[in-house]
Amino acid sequence: MIQYLIRRILYAVPLLVGVNIITFVLFFVVNSPDDMARMHLGQKRVTTEAIAKWKHERGYDLPMFKNDKAEGINQFTETIFYQKSVGLFLFRFGRADNGEDIGADISQRMWPSLAIAAPTLLVGLLVHVSLALMLVFFRMTYLEFWGVALCVALMSISSMFYIIGGQFLMGKLLQLTPISGYDLGLNALKFLALPVIISVIAGIGSGVRWYRTLFLEEVEKDYVRTARAKGLSETTVLFTHVLKNAMIPILTGVVVVLPMLFIGSLITESFFSIPGLGSYTIDAINKQDFAIVRAMVFLGSALYILGLLLTDISYTLVDPRVRLN
Amino acid sequence: MIFFWTDTLFFMLLLMLAATIIRTRRKEHLRRPWRKVARSKSAMVSLTVLIFYFGFAVLDSVHFHPSEGQSGAGKFKTEAMSLLDWWASPLRQRVEKTYSAPFATIGYAREAIRDTNGVSRWAYPRLQYGGIHLTDPENGKTRDILQTGLKGLLHGFLAWLGLVVLLISYRARLAGMSIQQCGVEITQGRTEIPWRAMFITLLLILLVSFGLGELSLKYHVFGTDKVGEDVFFQSLKSIRTGLLIGTLTTFITLPLALVLGIMAGYFRGWVDDIIQYLYTTLNSIPGVLLIAASMLLMQAYMARHEDEFASLALRADFRLLFLCMILGLTSWTGLCRLLRAETLKLREMEYVQAARALGVHQGNILFHHILPNVFHLVLISVALDFSSLVLAEAVLSYVNIGVDPTTESWGNMINSARLEMAREPVVWWSLSAAFVFMFALVLSANLFADAVRDAFDPRRVE
Repeated sequence: MIQYLIRRILYAVPLLVGVNIITFVLFFVVNSPDDMARMHLGQKRVTTEAIAKWKHERGYDLPMFKNDKAEGINQFTETIFYQKSVGLFLFRFGRADNGEDIGADISQRMWPSLAIAAPTLLVGLLVHVSLALMLVFFRMTYLEFWGVALCVALMSISSMFYIIGGQFLMGKLLQLTPISGYDLGLNALKFLALPVIISVIAGIGSGVRWYRTLFLEEVEKDYVRTARAKGLSETTVLFTHVLKNAMIPILTGVVVVLPMLFIGSLITESFFSIPGLGSYTIDAINKQDFAIVRAMVFLGSALYILGLLLTDISYTLVDPRVRLN
Repeated sequence: MIFFWTDTLFFMLLLMLAATIIRTRRKEHLRRPWRKVARSKSAMVSLTVLIFYFGFAVLDSVHFHPSEGQSGAGKFKTEAMSLLDWWASPLRQRVEKTYSAPFATIGYAREAIRDTNGVSRWAYPRLQYGGIHLTDPENGKTRDILQTGLKGLLHGFLAWLGLVVLLISYRARLAGMSIQQCGVEITQGRTEIPWRAMFITLLLILLVSFGLGELSLKYHVFGTDKVGEDVFFQSLKSIRTGLLIGTLTTFITLPLALVLGIMAGYFRGWVDDIIQYLYTTLNSIPGVLLIAASMLLMQAYMARHEDEFASLALRADFRLLFLCMILGLTSWTGLCRLLRAETLKLREMEYVQAARALGVHQGNILFHHILPNVFHLVLISVALDFSSLVLAEAVLSYVNIGVDPTTESWGNMINSARLEMAREPVVWWSLSAAFVFMFALVLSANLFADAVRDAFDPRRVE
């Protein structure tokens, strides 16, 4: 088991290196720091001194890969690549364009993101799985047909409409919850309710359909027929046999997104003005702050790879049939 | 005639589609799954809707410079126009001052109006174009709307009748029976292809579009937006953007996924390792973030090469194309993985082994033995991806990394209208129009994709 874990972790390293190289190429090779400076300072009437100053303030005035002026190991450490890219591996994200420490911002902003994403995941899982089970229970009836049809219809609505509609209905017409905002501690609850409810509803279409196919695959299997043949009721079969076995793909599907919960959802957070990482990213995109976007790309990828790792591990824990080689 | 990049690619895509259809018609084994799709009612109804949408996109993709004689002023000379723009000129040109509700004759906000006696009072002004033909809007409006609408519906019905008669007589000649016989068969729903359902859909589409078309000449049927542009016209223009994003992406995804996926599965070994590494790495970067990063870079690129994008339309077009490419780059990995797994399975099949034993060239094996047998996966994934791409456009436009703000798209419509829900009275029409148009497209795309998947997926038994 330990050996397996070590191998999986080692496998993640080249992936992270790959992501790092891609982001480096995107942000520093395709676009030189000069371009970034010009974008920020204005396109035309900008002096070379101003560009040089902008670059120096942010540490972009170093050579790309090899610094001939420095000596010894510094030839490689005093370069853009080392300063800006290698630091990401240690989660040293550097400073944003306005001089704030990105790392500190991230560690502060990931909690609101988690506060939205975690309940959304849990409630969503509960609601979607039970709805899907209900559809499977009533299979071959009109209820199933119209249920599936409704799912397809719900899937076809853009998530923006769920948010706008939900805000309008709950926040403005019924005045049940505040339309947007965030607060600390228990006060956050009233702000969190609306985004969580809306996210869960917006996910019903695709979620229920997905879980339904999982259950249907399981329902056709031989052990289910055996269980039915020995006289178990349909409910027992569904809840104890089918649900238990379908839990394996469901749980592993959940595990893979667990680390990503910190990143949060871009549009939900910005619509509800929640100070999480999603809105942080959107602000950075709008401000054209390359440093933050780069940090978020790397962080997101790292968390995704962590999710893959966790999935592999959970497979071996949940499903005894999976062998470790 | 001028061709933007996206126009050319879109027409190329349509040509390729046509070529595929012609090829498919000749081969029985390719026709069989399609026949299953054709038997499905929901699929054919959706197809009717999709064809209608594609028609608008094609109309909107034929660009030309209006000659000076037509536009009169030299102002229009540099601005390219599409057939749709030209056709819907009345809608395009009748720009109000600001918001106005659907079918409104008066403005959204009160302003000081000076009446004939020179006394100014605070009232809602009449719109410049909406319902301007009415002398007494308060009493005559409903009647006029009904009359105009009915006229439109009648025209729609007549158009439908003509089309249906044409189609039925064509079908009757093909099947070698009398028109009457054929008509009876269709009305009783005994045909293999659900013609009756398709005709009913067609009727609904034609009635709605002719009705709206007739009304839109006199009123703003979906109101106007902040700068007074007709929302109905915007929604029509957005069709092209949505469809292009959904389809042009395949120009990137298909070559990448096909070549890399099949190579990885067929050659295995280090080729497989490299390709797997490549797509796992790309896949681990969250899509939105990668798109955001790329779009930021593209903005910097466009700023650097300002002179290459002389006109606004060219810029917008380039941005749309770039967005399609980026979306393609982020979405080929799923298909690639599927193709790799399928090829791994196929290469061990006896017929492939036999071909190899007989000394068939590797390229030939890949082209003639593997490629045709993984094609159903490509088809399914293209169909399934389409709707999610259309939806993605809206989200990306909201984050400001979507299409150019000057390009009409549903995402831009939502984005500019979402804050208007807080106004009093609520400005709901832009959102509703975008919602209706998007929902119809995505829903029919979803239903069609489901039918395609059911027909082509060998794991699903009949």
